[in-house]
Amino acid sequence: MRKVTGILSILAALLALVVSCSKKTDAPEPVVPPDDKPTPLEWTKPSYFPDPVYDLSENPLTVEGVELGKFLFYDGILSRTDNIGCGTCHQQQAAFTHHGHDLSHGVDDKIGTRNAPSVQNMAWNTSFFWDGGVHDMDMVPAVPIQNKVEMDERVANVIEKLRKTPVAGATKQVDYPKMFKAAFGSDSITADRMMQALSQFMMTMVSATSRYDYFVRGDASALTAQEKDGLSVFKQKCASCHAGELFTDQKFRNNGLAPNRINDQGRYTITLNADDRLKFKVPSLRNVGLTAPYMHDGRFTTLEQVLDHYANDKPGSKDSIYVSPTLDPLLNVAGQKRGISLTNTEKQSIIAFLKTLNDDDFIKDKRFSDPGIGTSF
Amino acid sequence: MRVNYYFTNTYMMKRTFSWLSAWVLASGLLVVSCSFPDEEDDTDPIETGTIQLQFDNIVGDKDLQLDSTKYVNAAGEDFTVSKLNYYISNIKLTRTDGSVFTVPQDSSYFLIREADSQSQKLTIRNVLTGDYTGIEFLVGVDSLRSVMEPDSPGRKGILDIYAGPTNEEGMYWDWNPGYIFLKLEGSSDSSATPNGKYYYHIGFFGGRTQRTINNLRTVKLTFPGQKAIVTTSIVSSVVIQADIQKIFNSPTQLSIKQSPSLMFTDSTKYVADNYAGMFNVKEIKIN
Repeated sequence: MRKVTGILSILAALLALVVSCSKKTDAPEPVVPPDDKPTPLEWTKPSYFPDPVYDLSENPLTVEGVELGKFLFYDGILSRTDNIGCGTCHQQQAAFTHHGHDLSHGVDDKIGTRNAPSVQNMAWNTSFFWDGGVHDMDMVPAVPIQNKVEMDERVANVIEKLRKTPVAGATKQVDYPKMFKAAFGSDSITADRMMQALSQFMMTMVSATSRYDYFVRGDASALTAQEKDGLSVFKQKCASCHAGELFTDQKFRNNGLAPNRINDQGRYTITLNADDRLKFKVPSLRNVGLTAPYMHDGRFTTLEQVLDHYANDKPGSKDSIYVSPTLDPLLNVAGQKRGISLTNTEKQSIIAFLKTLNDDDFIKDKRFSDPGIGTSF
Repeated sequence: MRVNYYFTNTYMMKRTFSWLSAWVLASGLLVVSCSFPDEEDDTDPIETGTIQLQFDNIVGDKDLQLDSTKYVNAAGEDFTVSKLNYYISNIKLTRTDGSVFTVPQDSSYFLIREADSQSQKLTIRNVLTGDYTGIEFLVGVDSLRSVMEPDSPGRKGILDIYAGPTNEEGMYWDWNPGYIFLKLEGSSDSSATPNGKYYYHIGFFGGRTQRTINNLRTVKLTFPGQKAIVTTSIVSSVVIQADIQKIFNSPTQLSIKQSPSLMFTDSTKYVADNYAGMFNVKEIKIN
């Protein structure tokens, strides 16, 4: 207890010192003129969506913040080689995935270990990436930036590069100090602000204008008879995992894929819990018709292949469901053939339904498009 | 939101609150002291001084040389060291009478880097004067700091994941958020990796939403036959040696051939146990 009193007195003395030293220096803080204030941007969720997970009160959206986030999203300055941006592997026309790439493709033509997931409806994610290692959207961008085979850059160095813009003679002139000032009131460029701006932009990337959405909102004619059949089979046989309006229960499950050559253990690498071996996050199925190839390593190129896997009747394969202790019980019901029983007609109607989740407005929306600084391979 | 934090150090919360109340009380005292500006502070007999902790990384009985020197571990495998970094935090000093001085949280986090001699010399100010006979510290970054928001003040300075040594040295897993408590890398003829390197990256603070392994280790050392004297004028320097051989050898003998990369496996706990025992106090120097 004497110790506490001692510490207390030291603190008191220190504080007294600090205050007495700084007492006379009460120069007024520079006042930001009101017209320099960023413009608030209202964010509303589609009425039938759940409440968002991201806490907007900590990072309120502004027009300038979202705009800055969009530039950062597309700018290759985030990578060591200055030519790989987020938008390189998350391309709008493929619902922000990397069309034609099973595994992520980074600097110097290096190849990653997993398929680039869609950047959409991020506001509702309880975790990010196939293994769900990250729980906060603000902490997402650093992962690809600092991954050796993706962008291979240090965030600290990105900040240095941003501070030095605009670069004289560069073909794409972006003045980041000016944009940070517009978004945050001062031209100080920090990693925290960069992450916030990127989150602001990603918050706006909401896909909720597919034909399915029009159907949900009351337009019965938005879906054909086959698509409606597909929806009802889907609800019966797929929606226990691909649940709700986001078409994911956000859980980690082992869907019976045989381990790949690198023996990717998925969620296990985060928790080191044997119960998590071979489990991956259940992805949303929104825009699934646009986001081929499929699965965490992009092993299936078509939705037909995906359904053949789940139905366990992949051509030429006796049993495509890989059995291991963590295999999802829904795919391994005692006394039944493993997998989900689906007729050919059911498969076709499910696929027809899944394609109604394609959101053409979303993939053409100029608000999310490359402002002219992006690169794509 | 339901988030369960698994605190590795249950005292942390209490300590934070007691510090909070200390600050509140201190500010109260400040108001009083301000209203009597002419009063001399002659009533308080508490005096403070400075202590230094000098970390010295060695291999067996020799000073560690980066890259240039080949060593041999107990498994008979040669190895060099190209990188050695580790966090030292939550430092406490024990006095002759058994009482403990806890270094304030805001000056109790350090990243020792073999490649940067300045980083190996920790200067701790505002230590209560007295004779100290032992030290306790954590190798790594406690769970409380690890789960703070990255933009909070408690995660700035040496713990800033986006700037400074922690970012430059990649001492943080951003895809599985958590500090890498100790990073040891080098080359070995026994390593089967394509570049012949071995990698020990030891992290895991116990888990944010789900319990994981916990590789935080507390080290307690006594000063052998000497006291570290802290007065207003005498600065003692505690020389702490860290023997890298022990990371490979004891109590669990590790093999680079068997595991050239130890990062995300349960086996990392053996590395943590080993390095928890690599420290000893060589001597106390009086400056």
